[in-house]
Amino acid sequence: MQAQDTQKTPSNTGRGSGAPPLVEMREISISFGGIKAVDHVSVDLYPGEVVGLLGHNGAGKSTLIKVLSGAYQMDHGEILIDGKPVEITNPRDARTNNIETIYQTLALADNLDATSNLFLGREMTTPMGLVNDAAMEAECRKIMAQLNPNFQKFNDPVSALSGGQRQSVAIARAVYFNARILIMDEPTAALGPHETQMVADLIHQLKAQGIGIFLIDHDVHAVMDLCDRASVMKNGKLVGTVDIEDVTDDDLLSMIILGKQPGQKAE
Amino acid sequence: MRLLGMIGAFVILCIGFNIFTDGRFLTPRNLFNLSIQTVSVAIMACGMVFIIVTRHIDLSVGALLATTSAVMAVTQTELLPHILGLGLGNPVTWAITIVVGLLIGALIGAFHGWMVGYLTIPAFIVTLGGFLVWRNVAWYMTSGQTIGPLDSTFLMFGGTNGTLGTSASWLLGLFATAIAIWALWSGRRAKAAHGFPVKPVWAEATMATIIAVAILGYVYIVNSYAIPTRRLQRMFEARGEVMPEGLVVGYGIPISVLILIIVAVSLTVVARKTRFGRYIFATGGNPDAAELSGINTRLLTVKIFALMGFLCAVSAVVASARLANHSNDIGTLDELRVIAAAVIGGTALSGGIGTIYGAILGALIMQALQSGMAMVGVDAPFQNIVVGSVLVLAVYIDIVYRKRLGAK
Repeated sequence: MQAQDTQKTPSNTGRGSGAPPLVEMREISISFGGIKAVDHVSVDLYPGEVVGLLGHNGAGKSTLIKVLSGAYQMDHGEILIDGKPVEITNPRDARTNNIETIYQTLALADNLDATSNLFLGREMTTPMGLVNDAAMEAECRKIMAQLNPNFQKFNDPVSALSGGQRQSVAIARAVYFNARILIMDEPTAALGPHETQMVADLIHQLKAQGIGIFLIDHDVHAVMDLCDRASVMKNGKLVGTVDIEDVTDDDLLSMIILGKQPGQKAE
Repeated sequence: MRLLGMIGAFVILCIGFNIFTDGRFLTPRNLFNLSIQTVSVAIMACGMVFIIVTRHIDLSVGALLATTSAVMAVTQTELLPHILGLGLGNPVTWAITIVVGLLIGALIGAFHGWMVGYLTIPAFIVTLGGFLVWRNVAWYMTSGQTIGPLDSTFLMFGGTNGTLGTSASWLLGLFATAIAIWALWSGRRAKAAHGFPVKPVWAEATMATIIAVAILGYVYIVNSYAIPTRRLQRMFEARGEVMPEGLVVGYGIPISVLILIIVAVSLTVVARKTRFGRYIFATGGNPDAAELSGINTRLLTVKIFALMGFLCAVSAVVASARLANHSNDIGTLDELRVIAAAVIGGTALSGGIGTIYGAILGALIMQALQSGMAMVGVDAPFQNIVVGSVLVLAVYIDIVYRKRLGAK
């Protein structure tokens, strides 16, 4: 329960303008079979802001974020969007609230092609109620041309694609449907340097459009480069939330490893 | 490619048997019988494709067929004529009977689906239990007796007792060919309209030719199977007319085969062109991804099993009408034939892959093997040994084929 209070200083994002945050997750708790995976954690996110979520494996970052994307149901807590409480009990609710997620596992149906995956759960239909494959493929080609101009395998199942291409499909799915809140769970974990740079460029671009992004990452340097703020978790609890401008790599590392706030003396 | 391979295997099989039976295999009469024998298993195999694609299994289809068949037999011989007083041969009997049967089938299927989807009991267990339960519910309902004769209109769904006649068959064949070519063409046009690459014209033309030859060839065959003169005479006598001398009338397409075609075409459209179908394949490919995409996979499971139950009831109509009565052992071992047909037809037990036409071809190949061997004079035990071996071999060939293609 320590370190609930976060220092809030104005920055170049929507923060500090007096408007409520885009997302506020308050006092979220969730446990699995007696183990508190997430223990009274509060985080928030403003429009045009990238908030990094850091922590060891098993620190509870992914679990916390799965509450927001509707994959898990929290035991306690509250989610507010634009200051209003919302109910998110399944992935459909999250989508209704313009929350899109890029999962670490990408969550692609390997036997379907890129277009089917892009529109999965939200197919375009003809007036007769049948799925309109041609129209969807046209849209898919459009967005892939922006995200990854080299992408050509539109008629192959995504199992035949490379890691970067699969990632492009997952990203396309998240950004195509006018997301306001984007959750990226280790988006660069399986990518080469060139593709990692592409994701970084994309994050800057989306940020400029006023989209709020939660970025889960192990890589402290990536977080330092891309994020405005970082929330660090350890053993299911929030260590603290800091402005990236105010901290160094080492500060973040000691938060992750030792679970102590910057400036605090190690015991 | 796969489709061509299977058609090739089927053709070789037919020609092989034809040689060994001195030309008795490829006669209109035998092909007509082969098609009506295949219908019951083929209809259920279509539903089994969806079940297996979503990584489930249904071991209860034969038992479910027996229960729905028993329900329908009791409805049309006891309930409607005697208890409700409609009398025998009432023109609405067959319709009410079928509606009742289909409803019961879909309900039982939905119940299985609910246990699999919502109670998360493995489908193998649910349907293994269902296999014992429904087989014996059918037994209990009929006290193990054969129930018959069934309603005379109802019998038209069985095959020989209900065919379209030659001219209607030709019309239907031409109509179906036109629809198929139109579907190919409009698919191509939709692609071209968006500027996507299209297959070369010769490939589409080959496809169109195969379809046309298959449809019209089948119509030609069943039309040239003439109704035996004696039988024709009786039909004329029943209408109080005299049969003209030397008249030859072909059977045409059996109504049961027509039902199979309707089932196959609608389920193919469902699989490829509806959200329901898309979700079935997505769930089979990656259940977690489907769930995270907002698909209600539990409800989807209920729907798929309900569809399977519905199709079991359709098969029950065809099977009991073909036998002209409900017998206690109806549908015995059908679950294994149905699963085998789907698997020989290229449905992967690991989920996500399968086609309706494949399952039907699979059913056809199995039936051809079985009746071909019977005609050649292979002993019954050897027939089953061969069918079992072919099942394993077919799956092995499929695995090798997929590995060669580099797919997982």
